[in-house]
This record gives sequence, C-alpha cells and structure tokens, in this order.
Amino acid sequence: MTMNRRAFLKTTAAGLIGAALPLRLVKVAFGADSPAQDFTFGYISDAHIQQIKGTKFVRNWDMGLIRAVREANLLTPKPDFFMFGGDLAQLGKKEELDHGLEIMSNLRGKVYYVTGEHDYYLDLGEYWQSKISPLYYSFDHKGIHFVVLNSILTYDNWIHKKWDAPMDRMLAMARLDNPDGSPFMVGDDQLAWLKKDLEKIDRATPVVVFSHSPIQKIFKPWNFWTEDAEQVQALLKPFEKVTIIYGHVHQIQYNQIGNISFHAVMATAWPWPYPESYTQLPNCLSKLTVPMNRADPFFERDATGWQYIDLDKGRTAMRYQLPDNTNRTVAYSTQDGRPEDLTYQEYRNRIPPQRHY
Amino acid sequence: MSKKKRLWGIFLAVLMGAISMAVGFSIQAGEFTQADLERWDREFMSVVTEGDKLFHSALGKNQVSCDQCHPNAANTHPETYPKFQQQIGRVVNLFEMVNWCIENPLEGEPMLADDPKMVAILSYIHHERRGVPLAPGKH
Repeated sequence: MTMNRRAFLKTTAAGLIGAALPLRLVKVAFGADSPAQDFTFGYISDAHIQQIKGTKFVRNWDMGLIRAVREANLLTPKPDFFMFGGDLAQLGKKEELDHGLEIMSNLRGKVYYVTGEHDYYLDLGEYWQSKISPLYYSFDHKGIHFVVLNSILTYDNWIHKKWDAPMDRMLAMARLDNPDGSPFMVGDDQLAWLKKDLEKIDRATPVVVFSHSPIQKIFKPWNFWTEDAEQVQALLKPFEKVTIIYGHVHQIQYNQIGNISFHAVMATAWPWPYPESYTQLPNCLSKLTVPMNRADPFFERDATGWQYIDLDKGRTAMRYQLPDNTNRTVAYSTQDGRPEDLTYQEYRNRIPPQRHY
Repeated sequence: MSKKKRLWGIFLAVLMGAISMAVGFSIQAGEFTQADLERWDREFMSVVTEGDKLFHSALGKNQVSCDQCHPNAANTHPETYPKFQQQIGRVVNLFEMVNWCIENPLEGEPMLADDPKMVAILSYIHHERRGVPLAPGKH
C-alpha cells in the first residue's frame, strides 16, 4: 500500500466526522445545495449599436463592442460564461439588434442576456424575447444563485400613452435627460416571481442579481434609478451574500447597502458624466465610489470598457478593462464589509483625472 | 460783433440746443424698465430653447446627438473656456470645442462662431451651467 500517513489520517478523520455529522450538514455538503465555488465570468454591456441608414451603423459604437469581444476572447483561462448587460441596440431596431448579435457571435462562450431600455421600448421586448432571451429568469452555477431581472419597465400609463408611433416611445425613453421621462422599475409581477424564486434558495447560498437599472435611487433625471428598489432589496435581505451588478450608467459606481454589494459595469459605447457634473440638481451617488478617469473625447474609446468578475467565496471582484487607462479592480473587502478599489480607495491615493466637476 | 458772426452764433446755439435735446431723449431711452428686462430675458430663453432642440438633434451625418454623451450639457465645462485645450495644442474658445465634436464624433460640418445655430447651442450649454463661477484655463 502506497498511501502515505497524512492521506491515511485524512480519510480516517473524514470517516469519523461523517459518522457524527447531523443530517442537515450532510445534505448541504453532498446534496443539491453544493457549496459555492470560485470562478470567473465576463461582462460586456451597453453597446448601443446605432443604425445610420440601411447597413451603415455608427462606426464608433461598433468598434467599442468589437474591441470588447476581441479582448474578452483572450481571457485565459476561459471564463465560465459571459453576461451581456443590456442596451445592445440604440433604438431597439431589428437591424441594430441583429448587427449587435453578429458581433457578439464572435464571443467564445455561453452568453446570458440582460434587457436594457434601448432594447425594449420599440416593440416592448417582442424581438428580444423571440430571438435573444427571456426578459427575466434565474440560473444556478457552481453553488451561486444568479437572477436576471428586467428592471427597465415603467408605469403602464406611460407605456400605453397615445404615442404617434412606437418609435416616439422609444425615442422618449432613449433620451437620458428627457424631462418627460418615466422612472425604471421591476414591477409587481416580477417582485412576486422573485419572491417565489428565492424561496427555494438557502440563506447561505450567495446570490448575484443582474439588472440594467441600479436597484438604487441615485439620480432620477437620468434614470439612474429604480422606483421599487427598496422592495427588491427587501426580498434579498435574508441572504448572507448578495451582489447586484447593473449597467445603464456607463461609469464605475459601487456601494454597500446592508447586506447587498452594488457594482456598475462600463459601457463599450460611450461614457456618461457623473451626476455631480449636472450642477442644477442634487444626486445620491454613494461616496464610496472612486470615479473612473474623466473622458478624453479625443481618444474615442476613453472611459469605455468591459470587465471580468471573479467570484471569491461568494463575493465579487470587478476587474475593469479600460482601454489606454490603468485597469481598476473593485473588490469586496471582508475586513470593511463593502466593495473597495484596491488602489485608490484611500483619499490620498486618488489621482487628478478622478476629479469630476 | 459782425452780423455774420452773430448769425453763426445763433445757428450754433440752436444746434447745441437741438443736440442737447436729442441727448436728453437718449438718456431717457437708456432707463430700461422691468418690462424691458423681462422681454430681453424671454428673447434669450427662446434662443436657449432653440439650442436645447439643436443639442438633442443629429447635427452631423451619423444620427449621433450631443446629449448622447452630454445629458443636460453636463461635462462640457463652459466656465473653463478659453483654456489650453491640450488635445488641440493651443488656447481655444468653447465654440471651437463644439465644432470639434460636431466634426468628429458627430461627423458633421463646423459652424461659424456667430452662426445663429452656434449661438443657440452655446446659450443652452451656458444656461445649463448657470451659477458655476468662471474658471478660465481650468482643465
């Protein structure tokens, strides 16, 4: 027998422990709720593929998505899967969605899709559901429970107003600073579905929610806002480890509210200003956020990017890939109980390009 | 005094009288009223409204509009102009940056500084940034 002394002790001990374990722990270890594993997945978002005419699309946004897909394919080892965070199209047209899907088809790996308002409001998600993805769903992977929400819905009476044409509704939602806009929400149907979906999940299972809108109330004029954010957060409150990852804002943002860590993803298309840059109105962006570098418009990919996300014991580390800028990592700190930038979190480590005004 | 000189004197006196009356009238015209202020403000705001429309429209050949990167004209920093625009390599005015954006990300044609459309766009940009102190040269 070649088994060494250590291996022998290990096996014996395991056998003894197994005999003494209460039934419940045994179920957790060997049953359906397998313990959470560490792995990586990629996240590409906010491509905003925009048709000019016929087969001509805005080259700038095309290049953003093409570059992100190309770089994501270089990740080694290969990530377990990819997310697309919403706003594949700019005005929800079939041509735009098809052109976006064509570029995304080069991505080597399984892709899960999150709906954005730019994908939805032309035909209320009809083409999206028929060709790309259900609007909301959940899946489990290596011990983590993932939920994808359609968080860009809004009040029914706004959606079903007397629009001259569906494109008018789409344009109204597409304009970020629309004074006659309508706030994003998840809505009662989805809240009921989420409640039911989470009922079967063990409180110790890490939960990661993918959403387009922030599931927070940050800045209503630009719809950095989810009207029923508190209700979604309340449904997630019982869980030990919860992360919400959202798109829409086209900038680095992060926050901790109770047990939930929040992380925004970068856009491949173009950056948005930080809410503090609009001086006429107040905003509620978390002070925790160390902003990304200010955009230099003379480099067309500046302040855009994509990210890969490491799961470490059920907590997330965002690894932002920023063209021609120093990459940033924002990871959950078990010491401080919140996400932090690994380099710049302390005020004295900040650099001038992070000053927005 | 000769008759000629006296006539000249009377002529000059009448002329001076007429001029001072005219000056008197223009001093009265310079006393603008509250109604004037409101009228001129409405005139300005109508140009701001025109600029708002232009800012949210496709000014170039590729359907892209200014507000796609600058909602509410945020991140334009009009109070910092003129400034050394490092990417252009010299000190520029705001209208030159607006033209740079129209030519490049919007793939359009630049405008003259006193083009009514440019004046309208600049009026909108400044109006959305009202209250922020001047900081010329700030990067």
